[in-house]
Amino acid sequence: METINFEERFQEYVHSEQKVEPKHWMPEPYRKTLIRQISQHAHSEVVGMLPEANWISRAPSLRRKVALLAKVQDEAGHGLYLYSAAETLGADRADLVGDLLSGKAKYSSIFNYPTRSWADIGAIGWLVDGAAIANQVMLCRTSYGPYARAMVRICKEESFHQRQGYEIMLALCKGTKEQKEMAQDALNRWWWPSLMMFGPTDKESTNSAQSMNWKIKRKSNDELRQEFIDKTVPQAEFLGLTIPDEQLEWDEKTGHYRFGPIDWEEFYHVLKGNGPCNKERLEARNKAHDDGRWVREAANAFAKKTQERKGEHSAA
Amino acid sequence: MSDTDNWKIWEVFVRSKNGLSHKHVGSLHAPDAEVALKNARDVYTRRSEGNSVWVVPSEAITASAPEDKEALFTPADDKVYRHPTFYEIPDDVGHI
Amino acid sequence: MENPLLSYTLFLADNSLITGQRLSEWCGHGPILEQDIALSNIALDHLGQARMLLQYAAEQKGEGWTEDRLAYFRDEKNFRNLLMTELPKGDWGYTVMRAFLYDTYHFYEMTSLLQSKDKQLRAIAQKAIKEIRYHAQWSAEWVIRLGDGTEESHQRIKRSLVELWPFTGEFFETDEAASGLNANGIAPSYTHIRTQWNAKVEEVLALATLERPADGWMQSGGRKGAHTEHMGYLLAEMQHIPRSYPDAQW
Repeated sequence: METINFEERFQEYVHSEQKVEPKHWMPEPYRKTLIRQISQHAHSEVVGMLPEANWISRAPSLRRKVALLAKVQDEAGHGLYLYSAAETLGADRADLVGDLLSGKAKYSSIFNYPTRSWADIGAIGWLVDGAAIANQVMLCRTSYGPYARAMVRICKEESFHQRQGYEIMLALCKGTKEQKEMAQDALNRWWWPSLMMFGPTDKESTNSAQSMNWKIKRKSNDELRQEFIDKTVPQAEFLGLTIPDEQLEWDEKTGHYRFGPIDWEEFYHVLKGNGPCNKERLEARNKAHDDGRWVREAANAFAKKTQERKGEHSAA
Repeated sequence: MSDTDNWKIWEVFVRSKNGLSHKHVGSLHAPDAEVALKNARDVYTRRSEGNSVWVVPSEAITASAPEDKEALFTPADDKVYRHPTFYEIPDDVGHI
Repeated sequence: MENPLLSYTLFLADNSLITGQRLSEWCGHGPILEQDIALSNIALDHLGQARMLLQYAAEQKGEGWTEDRLAYFRDEKNFRNLLMTELPKGDWGYTVMRAFLYDTYHFYEMTSLLQSKDKQLRAIAQKAIKEIRYHAQWSAEWVIRLGDGTEESHQRIKRSLVELWPFTGEFFETDEAASGLNANGIAPSYTHIRTQWNAKVEEVLALATLERPADGWMQSGGRKGAHTEHMGYLLAEMQHIPRSYPDAQW
């Protein structure tokens, strides 16, 4: 009886737009959903560093090199903010990372696609970060305080990421014939995976309704996807690039773009681990973790020794 | 997962400019205070957001915990006399 | 022959550029997120310094030279960086030890340049010195931490120290051009820097429970453009896009 009472009150509480903080009582499924979502989000930031870091050493100008390095570094920071938010719910970062490394935890499938040319760095900044921002802006108002605060910080920092990507695309599109082809090819490959980033359609999305009710999510997958398309199509036109969707069409009546069907079969395949780079990405994370173990251990051992010496010192 | 390579959690507080108090900005993992402080600068003040940083081991913080579930979602607005609008001051007085 | 100030500017610039290039390889692969971020910050500092110095060098060269043309269209033999900076990144301990040996040297070098008679070099040193002091502190602390950490970390960092030591002699070499610049008050005295460097390195190594290797045969050549085999691969990777599309703007 009492539990039902509390869940109802919790529901009322979040519906009145008040924030839930770490020490508050919360329904166990709420906590679990948040830990899963926040840690997946953190994993995505960290794995997402890899396809872009792939091009830091090859960035074609020094200005591009420092911008890209700063951007990928930001993603590490974002991963860290998010792990921190998950830890306020009682999760342990080591366990969360362990789940990523063992393949148990999911991360955004988009990062399982390869970055084949410099234009991919432009396309990722423009499209992938663009899609991520749509989601993150919504999450700035999520009901869990630490998650919302992390998102506010992330959104502030992300603002340069998308501009960085779009500027790369602009330079390519104003450039030589080869550069423009490079840009079009990148758009062709990243467009559909970017649309998939918003997740399955509302009809198929099982967790969505509950998340909306808890005010964790504020907009549905389809709403966010539509917003992204409406915003991005004119940007592609400005670049003089063609979006690889023959059915893409402005609908005067609804004030939105209509678009062709998404290949969900591909989505689920990549999700299951059959994407072109799933294996490399996990291997790279595992290698970094394994190679770093002795460093983390040494730092702990040194901290312990220093502490003990201090103890001896003050005792003497 | 071995425990010897896990770094403990630290809470980070940043003063963004002189005249303001330190504000909690998040947390991070570090083996000791020295590393925590350096990491805090790298992680939380990459855009020169702060001129003073504090790091505190999370375990050293004692937080108030609402013991009574009933009290949890009751807004603390019963002590209305703590709020300035409780007192009626004629508009003519000007800003108080 | 290039004028001495230009050679010297490029020497400083290339050290920063190649150091930044190598350090940035860690981005996404560090031992823990916090240190990944720390090292990327340091790499960004070096690249920032490289850009200022290359811009200054380009200004001296004139005739349409730019920072990017200097970075991307010079051949290996025209790069003047110290051999140590181009060696592959190795494990985290190797990166930390190299950073320590180089950062300590870099710190004293830049501290001296604060007094340079050359206005531009002085301005660059003023801008960079805070960052460099931080790098030197950061890497010294990590050398101590790893040296005095576990048995494994001690062994690893000891091995790195021994491998890197023969590349430290080159730090203090001076050719005719450099001594000329020193006499004019533009470049520092590397003999003096060597004394400062020796004292600091000995102090930190002692705290790290590491023994300073004996000064044996020292590698040399970077300043003259005679590089290790690693340099070719580094440049191939760094330069390949602009060289594949020489007319393109990015």
